[in-house]
Amino acid sequence: MPTLQLAAQEVFELMLASPLTVPVQPPAEESLDITSMVGLAGELCGVMSVRCSTRAAARMASQMLGTDPAAAGAEMWDALGEICNMIAGNFKNKITGLGDGCVLSVPTVITGADYNLHSLVNEEIRIVLLFQDDPVVILLEVHN
Amino acid sequence: MENLRTLIVDDSSVMRKIVERCLRQAGLSLAEVLEASNGAEALAVVQNKKLDLILCDINMPVMDGLEFVKQLSGLENAKNVPVVMITTEGSEAHVVQAISAGAKGYLRKPFTADQVKEHVLPALTAK
Repeated sequence: MPTLQLAAQEVFELMLASPLTVPVQPPAEESLDITSMVGLAGELCGVMSVRCSTRAAARMASQMLGTDPAAAGAEMWDALGEICNMIAGNFKNKITGLGDGCVLSVPTVITGADYNLHSLVNEEIRIVLLFQDDPVVILLEVHN
Repeated sequence: MENLRTLIVDDSSVMRKIVERCLRQAGLSLAEVLEASNGAEALAVVQNKKLDLILCDINMPVMDGLEFVKQLSGLENAKNVPVVMITTEGSEAHVVQAISAGAKGYLRKPFTADQVKEHVLPALTAK
């Protein structure tokens, strides 16, 4: 299993008690309107992002807190930010030698799907997984 | 380990709630759970409250967890309060810095309730 996928799977299994699954066919990504981002700086420079629908984010917050998804409110942004933060941290801790040489920013959450992000991307790793049948796009953009 | 007065320091309110839930699942008797969203807020709490346990993130705005632990060791009323770091920063350098600054435990996110228990109980007994 790729390291980024393993890092994400562990976060969902340990913190949400709900696994991410690999889609049989590529899922539709039109309704992914919440994006959480964490910056990486040092030996690895870039941005880790996690993008999903509002419905999925509310369910994630619900799973983390043991509350009703309908009551998630602003906590879904906080929850998605922490999920992105933990995936980024777990990923870098799995790369030998990277833990000491790479620091993470605090997470930022963007709501809305109609935006473009422009950065000096040198390489990217993109995976799409399913959380309770909703697509979750996890992207690591590595900068020059 | 009864009626612990506990401070949870994390910039994420979701994470603070999860940590509190894990402490309760671990069977700890919590008399009071206080919260702070960064090291500076935590220092203000510590100066006004007698505590038995602090759980602290590292990456936070305003004042990070490592700086908080360093400053805590200089406070007469709090220098013996056990601190367990709970953080995504898993590097050896961060662990060494935290333990050198006075932290009694270091737990990486993501974590389970059992792992919280495994790290908190030794910290409390080493108090």
